[in-house]
Amino acid sequence: MNSSVFFDISAGAYIAAMIIYIIYLVVRNRNVGIAASGITIFGFVSQTTALIIRWVNSYHFWVSSNPDSGFVESILRGAPLRNLYESLIFFVWSLILFHLFVEFKYKNRSIGAFVTPLAALALLFIDVSGSTKEIQPLIPALQSNWLLFHVLLSFLGYAAFGVSFGAAAAYIVMVTESRKELPYIFWSITIGIFLVVLVAMGIDFLSISTAQRAEFIQNHFLKTTLRNPSPAVAGVSWIAAVILIFLFWKFGLGLRKVLSGMNMTPAILDEITYKSIAVGFPLFTIGGLIMGAIWANSAWGKYWTWDPKETWSLITWFVYALYLHARFVSGWRGKRVAILSVVGFVAVIFTYLGVNLVLSGLHAYGSG
Amino acid sequence: MEENEKEKTDLFESIWKFLASVKLAIAVLIILALSSIIGTIVEQKAEPARNIALLAKFFGDTAAPTVYNIFAKLGFMDMYGSWWFTTFLAVFSINLIVCSIDRLPKTWRVVKSPQKPLSDSAIKSMPLRKELTFKTALSEARDAFIKALGSLRYTAQEAPEQDTVRLYTQKGKYARLAVYVVHLSIILIFIGAIIGTRFGFRGYLNLPEGRASTVAFKSPTEPIELGFTVKCNWYNTLYYEGGDTPREFQSELVILDSNGKEVMKKVIEVNDPLTYQGITFFQSSYGMMSEAQGYFVLDITPSGGSEKRVWLRYGDSFDIPGTAIRGKIHDFSPALTRDRKTGRLTTYSDKMVNPAVAIEFSQQGKDPYIGWILNRYPETGFLPGGHKVSFADYWGVEYTGLQVSKDPGVWLIYLASIIMAVGLYVCFFISHRKIWINISSDRKSVRVSMGGSTNRNRINFERELDRIASEATKAIEGRSKK
Repeated sequence: MNSSVFFDISAGAYIAAMIIYIIYLVVRNRNVGIAASGITIFGFVSQTTALIIRWVNSYHFWVSSNPDSGFVESILRGAPLRNLYESLIFFVWSLILFHLFVEFKYKNRSIGAFVTPLAALALLFIDVSGSTKEIQPLIPALQSNWLLFHVLLSFLGYAAFGVSFGAAAAYIVMVTESRKELPYIFWSITIGIFLVVLVAMGIDFLSISTAQRAEFIQNHFLKTTLRNPSPAVAGVSWIAAVILIFLFWKFGLGLRKVLSGMNMTPAILDEITYKSIAVGFPLFTIGGLIMGAIWANSAWGKYWTWDPKETWSLITWFVYALYLHARFVSGWRGKRVAILSVVGFVAVIFTYLGVNLVLSGLHAYGSG
Repeated sequence: MEENEKEKTDLFESIWKFLASVKLAIAVLIILALSSIIGTIVEQKAEPARNIALLAKFFGDTAAPTVYNIFAKLGFMDMYGSWWFTTFLAVFSINLIVCSIDRLPKTWRVVKSPQKPLSDSAIKSMPLRKELTFKTALSEARDAFIKALGSLRYTAQEAPEQDTVRLYTQKGKYARLAVYVVHLSIILIFIGAIIGTRFGFRGYLNLPEGRASTVAFKSPTEPIELGFTVKCNWYNTLYYEGGDTPREFQSELVILDSNGKEVMKKVIEVNDPLTYQGITFFQSSYGMMSEAQGYFVLDITPSGGSEKRVWLRYGDSFDIPGTAIRGKIHDFSPALTRDRKTGRLTTYSDKMVNPAVAIEFSQQGKDPYIGWILNRYPETGFLPGGHKVSFADYWGVEYTGLQVSKDPGVWLIYLASIIMAVGLYVCFFISHRKIWINISSDRKSVRVSMGGSTNRNRINFERELDRIASEATKAIEGRSKK
């Protein structure tokens, strides 16, 4: 059985859910909210099915070339976490899982409008980055029992940070009084960049033919617009991007009215931000840093080499450690800590994707 | 004199306060985070030309060498080992230690101070509280609440008075210490890292098949004595079927003691190293030696006969036992393929991706012919007449690239990791919860006021209080119905 149908269904469902969550923010109709949650759950069930099918398939794939491998070992080696495509899929899955958990725990749907775009961003990125969807053989470096646990816990941590980012973003706009406040300017630029990338990838996606998309390792990321080989097109795109961010700054405060119209208070958003970090920080420390270091030691003979991936995950750790100390010990409240949460997630994205796309390092296998 | 001493203690105190401050912690965290970025952009410990080329993209070709020199002076080219980065790490750990010493006694007092019963008015000022009344006897209400507390694993203490029972209990008080445990684990990691750099080493060793070495290398000019001999029996790359994706890189290593006696033998793979006397050998790379002449290792099985292994040099001949067939090593290709366009055989890589040997078979009275036998495709060795020749290895031309490291601090890093994991779990998921329940009889009814406080996870605690109240209520009302 092929998993791709279920993946496509879930991707469609999440993008539909994103649109409906945003509509829900505007029209504040309970039924629209239920529809958004329902479609998200539907997408999640479908994606879970797809993940299981893919795991079973790659289990058989592993066994076919390693007949001596034991049952448990084969299950571990079959974990669908071997390349960028599979890791992005798993990131989206973790994000939605954590989001649904928060939504049911806090009985509040509005946060979905901030979290589902992250899922959409990741899903579009899969298509435009041209990462292969084939089940690939597991390279020797990844043949370790740590792979599953390291990636699983790191990504659950990332997902928690993603939700804290969504809540912190909503928080900042809710407590902003004037457009000239620095936190708001920072907010509109950061979220504006996310939006620009989302739109640019959407354009990439529409302009690439299906045939091209199937090509192996063909990177289309932002090639249609911002990274277009023609300087004229690229120039116009950059100007459009700046205008878009400016418009976002100009009209972004409209969100405040929308959010306060819901049963959303800054206190709840602050609580969600903190709670998500309180869950994400231990997961990321244990799964990302500690397990990563132990694995590195057993594969390369050194638990820490200051390679870019390691360093960026440490930077991420510093930012969230800062958040926790600033909030708990120094008693920082409000916008200042919310900004730290946004900065933390930018560091997460850089650790996860930026290092592979922009910098080189020992972890370069993730870019395939 | 006295004045002077006072000044001294004042100075000491203000330095202490500075080193213990959260402001310093926040500043150091920001500095470490920001400065760490530099080392991820500038390639560390790389050849100057690479970074000059990188800098040229930002500063132009003419300015790049100057910028490079400035950056090099600032230690950016080996940043994480630079004096200033090390200093920040030292400040970070001093800050951690001093602030922990500064705060620990206060926390310890909170943990150790016995919980006391509170008055009704004190409970009324608690952040979480509940008021309930029941038509029941004082002792029944008391029993019900003790039982409800017990069901959530709270052991109730009791202060009985005239017409009033004061229950009080707490859980997870030691969780307040978890944050110090996390701090301690970070210090232990630093200590482990210092032990590792001070008493350990990290080197490499390229060992050709069949050769042995008593040293590894920190750099080409810096050999380190191992104290024993390591020998590589063979190196091999395994591939996934139908492609050139490597499945495994393997070397068979043998450890020989000073008398030349074999004391250990293991096939190492990526993620599965060999450790002897604290020194670990990791499979890290491999390669071909350009000038080496190796042995062709062939397994020959005549039709109906048993397999025989032969080791041959280039140009050597062999017989297939029991037949008049003679084979001669004619040619070798490390990576043989058939060109798609021309249909001719060619070599597509200088690495041993698809090794093949060409053998000239001759038999009296018949024309000689040349056949290619491929290592990865044994079916290429089936000869007419049911004989089989398989190409087991071209031995002695590859070397295995070993990462050699000794780190006597690593056990401390592992221990610290476990401590940190436990500490973080307790720190974030276990909270110090205190509950006070005052039950007083008021004519025919009983008045209960509950209060609680927690250092985190307030929502969960609120739910716990609700559960205690509802369970006690159920028990009391259930009994009164009987």
